Amino acid sequence: MKLQEITVTGKKATRDGFGDGLAAVGQTNSKVVALCADLVGSLKMDAFIKAFPQRFVQVGIAEANMMGIAAGLATAGKIPYTGTFANFSTGRVYDQIRQSIAYSHKNVKICASHAGLTLGEDGATHQILEDIGLMKMLPGMTVINPCDYAQTKAATIAIAEHYGPVYLRFGRPSWPIFTTNLPFEIGKALPLTTGSDVTILATGHLVWNALEAAKRLGLEGISCEVINIHTIKPLDTATILDSVSKTRCVVTAEEHQRNGGLGDSVAQLLSRKMPTPMEYVAVNDSFGESGDPMELLDKYGLGVKDVVIAVQNVLKRKKSPVLV
Amino acid sequence: MLPSNSKVLAQKVKKCLLTLAHHHNASHVGGALSIADVLSVLYSRILKYDTSHPKWEERDRLLYSKGHACTALYAVLKEVGFYTDAALQTFTQNGSLFTSHVNHKVAGVELSTGSLGHALSVACGMALAGKRKKTDWHVYTIVSDGELNEGSNWEAILFAPHHELNNMTLIVDFNKIQSFGTIKEVLDLDPLKDKFNSFGWDTIEIDGHNHSEIYEALRKDTIHGSKPRVVIAHTVKGKGVDFMENQLAWHYKSPNKEQLESAIGQINQQK
Ligand SMILES: Cc1ncc(C[n+]2csc(CCOP(=O)(O)OP(=O)(O)O)c2C)c(N)n1
Repeated sequence: MKLQEITVTGKKATRDGFGDGLAAVGQTNSKVVALCADLVGSLKMDAFIKAFPQRFVQVGIAEANMMGIAAGLATAGKIPYTGTFANFSTGRVYDQIRQSIAYSHKNVKICASHAGLTLGEDGATHQILEDIGLMKMLPGMTVINPCDYAQTKAATIAIAEHYGPVYLRFGRPSWPIFTTNLPFEIGKALPLTTGSDVTILATGHLVWNALEAAKRLGLEGISCEVINIHTIKPLDTATILDSVSKTRCVVTAEEHQRNGGLGDSVAQLLSRKMPTPMEYVAVNDSFGESGDPMELLDKYGLGVKDVVIAVQNVLKRKKSPVLV
Repeated sequence: MLPSNSKVLAQKVKKCLLTLAHHHNASHVGGALSIADVLSVLYSRILKYDTSHPKWEERDRLLYSKGHACTALYAVLKEVGFYTDAALQTFTQNGSLFTSHVNHKVAGVELSTGSLGHALSVACGMALAGKRKKTDWHVYTIVSDGELNEGSNWEAILFAPHHELNNMTLIVDFNKIQSFGTIKEVLDLDPLKDKFNSFGWDTIEIDGHNHSEIYEALRKDTIHGSKPRVVIAHTVKGKGVDFMENQLAWHYKSPNKEQLESAIGQINQQK
């Protein structure tokens, strides 16, 4: 696909995609139940609750309890979707997830909103940038970070049919929608543009920044292959290796710490199978802060221009691989 | 220099927090108003502190666990002189220390909070250290009512009496409303007093807007025996502003210009 063929069909938050997806999957799969820790409005769960009041559990501000209850419901054949903010879905309840959900491979869907810096004004306590790492380290956990409203909706529906624990990560701000007419399959990377000079592997909100960067770089005659890695685990290694064998250099982009994120997974793959010059667009060992979401992305090195710079740097290294 | 009149301080705090919420489009104004009277009594008549030495070893510690309602704490700390109004007006801007959940980098703040259910455990640790070091500072912790849904609090509530931490006071801002529903709807806490009593706490119930009741309940010189103390402060979410009082929406909403003017007008009338 060419860059010009990416069509924007509107703007909405990825969390709206979760809310709409949850209501939709509630209709088609009667085993789906939802739990929330006093954040139904923030997670956009109202439509599901209205349609299926008997299949919703308000557990209160008690996330650890929520994970245990979800595990228990799963033993009876239900497909529980838990809803709270990303930091309270992961770090706060890590041992509950590890012991009661992941170890016994329970069919619980951990749905996490307000991930990353774009949460904005709520600041560092809420801006988790470690959750992908935490969750992908758990054996058997599937980790999905969709890039827009449409993909989040599709993922919310798809995970019901995928047996096993899933971490679904999405966010707060309104964001361009550009995958409305594109397929979504768990574990299958989605190539967005074909290019020959560099592979950009992006996840979540940063997919949009990667596309914008590719546009700018195109004006300089640099041809970017942008691939959307919505499923960070299991990683679509075949698609990545295919692209990299052609472009011979990679940039990864994510709204997460460099440590433990998508970039780490890619580096692990490439170091073993195809050592390749690589640059990261990610937060570098720092907490976030309060501020305007877009300004924060720039300040922490996740803006469009940062993707552009990373591509320029990796291209230099491709030409002369000696590190300076 | 302690402001002697808690009522005057409370009025300033409420106006300051409302203005902050308006200018910076901040949430959680209802929960900030519900605790403003308690904070004002604490900072005018109870706590030992030195604004020019925020880390003064002998100070009393105040841990503010309901970090989302940061505007009330930031306002009271400003009004008693920990920092200037100009500094506070950077609230939520990029690079500001005044983040929209309480930040330990701000002078006078003991602990960053925002993720609910953390401060009471830290308070237990501080009180335990105080006991071991035989200091006479006191540790106050403010939690919100919905926050008591969190199991972590109940671990600390078990711990404190076991270790006879009579140098700590827990204040519950019992405004009966949480994020998306009332306490009754979401997860009932009643009978809260009996729960604390059975866990081994000295339990006092007060009207959390009546300054003399607040003062009597929080004084240090009335502590006898070895139990930790809990003050269940019955409060009103959005207290003092008629269109905010007991309204769920004001957990998240921030006042527009007209609403701010009306709110300030109402606070000015209150003596
Ligand atoms: C661990 C955790 N879970 C969820 C939240 C999101 N949250 C922020 S405020 C709030 C409701 C708080 O209600 P309450 O404790 O009653 O506070 P108040 O009414 O005094 O504002 C929730 C659920 C959070 N900050 N921390």
